[in-house]
Amino acid sequence: MDAGRLLHDLFFDYTLRTVALGAMALGVVSGTLGAFAVLRRQSLLGDAISHAALPGIVLAFMFTGAKDPLWLVVGAAVAGWLGALTVMWIVRQSRLPEDTALGIVLSVFFGIGLVLLTYVQREPTASQAGLNTFLFGQAATLVVDDVIVIAVLGSVALGVVALFWKEFKLLSFDREFGKSLGIGMRGIDVLLTTVLVIAIVIGLQTVGVVLMSAMVVAPAAAARQWTDSLGVMVVLSAVFGALGGVTGAVASSTAAGIPTGPAIVLAVTMVVVLSIALAPRRGLVWEWVRHKRNQQTVRTGAVLTDLYALASHHKERGHGHKLAVLQAMDARRGGVRRTLDVLASRGLAARAADDTWSLTEQGEQEARAEIARREGDDA
Amino acid sequence: MSTIDIEIQLIAVVVAVSCALPGVYLVLRRMAMMSDAISHTVLLGIVLAFFVTGDIASPLLIIAAAATGMLTVTLVESVRGTRLVTQDAAIGLVFPALFSIAVILISRYAGDVHLDTDAVLLGELAFAPFTRLEVGGVDLGPKTLYVMGGVLLLNVGFIITFYKELKLTTFDAALAASLGFSPVLLHYAFMGLVSVTAVGAFDAVGSVLVVALMIVPPAGAYLLTEKLRWMIVLSALLGASSALAGYWVAWVADASIAGSIASVTGAQFLLIFLLAPERGVIAQSMRRARQRVEFAQLMLAIHLLNHEGTPEAERESRESELHEHLRWSPKFVARIVRLAEREELIEREAGGLRLTPAGRAVARSAIAA
Repeated sequence: MDAGRLLHDLFFDYTLRTVALGAMALGVVSGTLGAFAVLRRQSLLGDAISHAALPGIVLAFMFTGAKDPLWLVVGAAVAGWLGALTVMWIVRQSRLPEDTALGIVLSVFFGIGLVLLTYVQREPTASQAGLNTFLFGQAATLVVDDVIVIAVLGSVALGVVALFWKEFKLLSFDREFGKSLGIGMRGIDVLLTTVLVIAIVIGLQTVGVVLMSAMVVAPAAAARQWTDSLGVMVVLSAVFGALGGVTGAVASSTAAGIPTGPAIVLAVTMVVVLSIALAPRRGLVWEWVRHKRNQQTVRTGAVLTDLYALASHHKERGHGHKLAVLQAMDARRGGVRRTLDVLASRGLAARAADDTWSLTEQGEQEARAEIARREGDDA
Repeated sequence: MSTIDIEIQLIAVVVAVSCALPGVYLVLRRMAMMSDAISHTVLLGIVLAFFVTGDIASPLLIIAAAATGMLTVTLVESVRGTRLVTQDAAIGLVFPALFSIAVILISRYAGDVHLDTDAVLLGELAFAPFTRLEVGGVDLGPKTLYVMGGVLLLNVGFIITFYKELKLTTFDAALAASLGFSPVLLHYAFMGLVSVTAVGAFDAVGSVLVVALMIVPPAGAYLLTEKLRWMIVLSALLGASSALAGYWVAWVADASIAGSIASVTGAQFLLIFLLAPERGVIAQSMRRARQRVEFAQLMLAIHLLNHEGTPEAERESRESELHEHLRWSPKFVARIVRLAEREELIEREAGGLRLTPAGRAVARSAIAA
């Protein structure tokens, strides 16, 4: 399928448009809330919440007997919220580390969900298709009603973030300071967690229980690489989330047998990989370039001063010195010839016809400056 | 009880104990969530090996799965090694990505084969006895029992052999390194063990129950004992007992065995969490209440000591006004006075309260300290 056709479908094909809109909305919401989760080192809380939502989903299904998106989301939210509070409770009341508390809540709540699921699956009339999509997500099943639920709940979540921006910022960076200002930080913690729960449960139907945690972590981890400002990070994270959502939804609709959840997760993972590699200042590529540049500065400095030391044994500056001598002085580090070429290209060293090397006048000055710099460093 | 019932229970117990043993160290090393990551990503190894061999029963699948477990650990470590993301985020990035690849591969290329993602996640212990190990036509029992029995022996052997080393690297990695042990090498060997255990177990019980059996019993044991040795033994016992109890809950309620076992581990943990003698919630809050009362009695004694022999002593020791001076509620004052009186720290006089010699000594030593 060519790009133009795809773009056309994205706007005019009912199913694709619905799915892309839904995926984009949840990408924005989970990206925004994920920024706080990642900064607070609670990346895996999302994983626990999404697993913990299962019993709630199943119970909602059992009581309403139908796949009504709103009730399933409410059920998921209540169970996920209880799970998140249980994690906080275990951490506060015992010496167990947070990751253990997450593992306990994740597996036990999910286990309870499995038990309940056995009852649902036994009912012959119940359509379980809606439930199975919750495990791995199937955006193709999204209808306009689902998207409305996502949009409304997502807006509530974003509204709370806007309203409590300062408090959430304090919670993420300096909880103790917030406490000293008289703000009830535990209440703020519960509020932020509640909003995170909303962000997660609205994505379950599209991305699925297992992979929803990636929607919380990945956009935020990518955004973190590009900025040190919380505001910019949250916006970028939301943009990355939306981008991943739409890309994944489109990819899964164009080829058969690509489930939406995994497609979206791989799309946001690509954003992370690119960000880690390319982000200015922090990125790996940038770091590698800086490392190489430093290395070269050190190398040219060393060879330059070697040449200067040789020159000081001779009356005239232009006396040529053999490459082998310089290599010996450089003591097994290698690459002397290449460094000399660099020096020559900068006009600091010159090569004579008999393949010997000497300093130019400019090179002599530079070498003196280099030696002075080193002595300054030693002092 | 039929043979099948007994076999399922045997498998459940063996799986539970094999998971609990490495789980102890996962909890202590704050790597509990690695069990979640590994138990999901082994799926990728199974899928890839299946594409190569085309045989769902090939032993290569287990080797490949264990290798992806190691790959997960390596990837998490190297993502964290960039120092651009924290450890928790590294786990949260790596495992969903690998799992996504596996799910896409399955649904795109292996849709009609017995490689059901649901089964992987949820597991069905009830079917485990149906795959038999036969040698020369003789039925030796369920295959899973032999696989997990082997894994159990491996785990026990590893922990006994490297008990000291594991203990050292778990509690003091820096000391271990300075003594010449390589914490990194042992770390990878140990994570290999976790991978093998997860692979063997998730085939029988699904990946989420693997997490439950690895984390929940050791977490409970951690609240019951201070000794590593006892923590290991207790974890195994707690795991085995919840496996048995979970089986029977499932039998009575006619529900998923894996789900029931996970639920029972949760119920068991909740009981320990609330009732553990030293570290339980109830024991702790009782201790805190007792300390509060003891501290208040001390405050009262010091207050009386401070004003002893001063002109305002009479006013300061009047019980009816104490709540003003100490900023306590009148009810709390009454209770503390009653208790202090019973312990003979203070006595009532005409005008108010007076320290006994014992009470004076207590207050003096508290100030001196």
